[in-house]
Amino acid sequence: MLQIRHLAVAYGRREVIADLSVGNLLPGTVTALLGPNGSGKSTLLKALAGLARTPRGSVTLDGEEILHASLERRARRLVYLPQSLPAAVHLRVFESILVAGHAGAPGSTQSRPDVTQVYALLQRLGIAHLAMRFLDELSGGQKQLVGLAQALIRKPRLLLLDEPLSALDLNYQFHVMDLLRQETAQHDLITVIVLHDVNIALRHTGHALLIRDGRLRADGAPGRVITPAALAAIYGVRGRIEHCSKGTPQVIIDGLCEALD
Amino acid sequence: MNEPLKAYRRILLARSLLLLLLLGVIGTALLVDIMTGVSGLTSGDIVATLLSPEEASPVTRVIVWDVRLPYALMAMAVGVALGLAGAEMQTILNNPLASPFTLGLSSAAALGASLALVFNIGIPGVPESWVVAGNAFVFAMLSALMLDLVARWSGMNASGVVLFGIAMVFSFNALVSLVQFMASAEALQGLVFWTMGSLSRATWPTVGALLVAFALILPFSMRDSWRLTAMRLGEDRAASFGIDVKRVRLAALLRISLLSALAVAFVGTIGFIGLVAPHIARRLFGEDHRFYLPGSALVGGVILSLASIASKSIQPGLTLPVGIVTSLVGIPFFLAIVFRRRMQ
Repeated sequence: MLQIRHLAVAYGRREVIADLSVGNLLPGTVTALLGPNGSGKSTLLKALAGLARTPRGSVTLDGEEILHASLERRARRLVYLPQSLPAAVHLRVFESILVAGHAGAPGSTQSRPDVTQVYALLQRLGIAHLAMRFLDELSGGQKQLVGLAQALIRKPRLLLLDEPLSALDLNYQFHVMDLLRQETAQHDLITVIVLHDVNIALRHTGHALLIRDGRLRADGAPGRVITPAALAAIYGVRGRIEHCSKGTPQVIIDGLCEALD
Repeated sequence: MNEPLKAYRRILLARSLLLLLLLGVIGTALLVDIMTGVSGLTSGDIVATLLSPEEASPVTRVIVWDVRLPYALMAMAVGVALGLAGAEMQTILNNPLASPFTLGLSSAAALGASLALVFNIGIPGVPESWVVAGNAFVFAMLSALMLDLVARWSGMNASGVVLFGIAMVFSFNALVSLVQFMASAEALQGLVFWTMGSLSRATWPTVGALLVAFALILPFSMRDSWRLTAMRLGEDRAASFGIDVKRVRLAALLRISLLSALAVAFVGTIGFIGLVAPHIARRLFGEDHRFYLPGSALVGGVILSLASIASKSIQPGLTLPVGIVTSLVGIPFFLAIVFRRRMQ
């Protein structure tokens, strides 16, 4: 499990994350990180990945401190996928995944994936047909799936994704979220993703963290913490939760709050 | 079933064969290069002299062993050195316009050479015949060190490094112009000739130095090949895979500096190879650096060997500076590759 205690990150004098603690993020669960622009979501994710410059506090993964661990140690336990899609380079999909598995692997050849493992993963994700295509000829959605494969080939315990849906159409949004949930459950991953769409969080994730101004405002099951009051406090919007004809909860936004802060 | 796996293995095999083929082309080009010239020697004479030098006449021996061979080997050595340096540079700076010359290394070398040629300013203790090359090398390395300092200071931001390199190009070019302005007519001629890039300065010690440096550096490049490939996927992503991006970049910068400083010190400015060889190699081999790096080196060697042959053949009896020929011969190839890609 992942525990965050008194995490603080500052850029210069500006404190982006302030004294943030999260009790437990459990394996097998996809956690949504929600909050307005500039609230510190991406910084929090980077800090968890060990990519923030001067983090204070403590982050433990299965009891092991990862905040100040060496790059190599962290890379063995976690993968962070930045918001950008894999660069459009002249590499075949298959190669790019092989590279992701090989690149940071320290010394021992045992931890390196072989070509059959790469192929098996591609099949699992339903993108084996893309194997020999070049990255620079894929659509945004296909690239995101390849990016996910690059992460999963490293068999991480902690998977951190920064807005994986931002460039995707509706079909791929569902596709990516389904795969994430399936992989997270099957391989006992702790998955944390930054999301903008509260409905997707409500529908596809098992846990939600709501952040504003670098502070944790709510922490719990999405259905419980995404409330009209929370929407007003976090995003400054007037919203309600309705249940559709199939019983699925749906966030409807009616407008902006009168006085925003 | 497993069709992609078979396809991938076929691709790996094809790439290995292509590397071998390029090696063969370089060997052939080397031979042709040695045979090309105006001495009136037949191919048979030359082969015989190569195989058993002690039986050849002294004049033939000197022509083949002290002129033709170092000249041809230097063409190949400079080509492979610049090909490798350019390939690594385009990767670590994530910029298809990067080459050892974009960063001002050659301009710095030219400034060093000009100080020696015009004002006889050299490093104390360096033998007369090495003063120009010595100056060029020291200046190129100094500019590389400056680049390295800026890179560290600015947190290794790739675009910042490129911009600083361009600033250096202009500064050093201005200083070279200043030196030219102050030079005597005779010294000016020498300087202009130096900047054109010529293989005729090749000697056994310089060829040897460059080949040894290349042989020592290539294994280090190959050891980083997976990491360099991963960096093509994006820096954040590479860092997340456990790659120390800054360390990889600094190590590459050091290798690039050494290779290109040596090359430019020995033969002057030959700017085109480091830019173009990586582009051609990328088309031929893709961006798996296990193949792309040696591929780019070999392509560089082939281009410069062919350019060397051309520089002796265009106007019989006259050897044009190879720097000029390289650009003139290489540019059509380059454009063909770029536009063919656009058409697809």
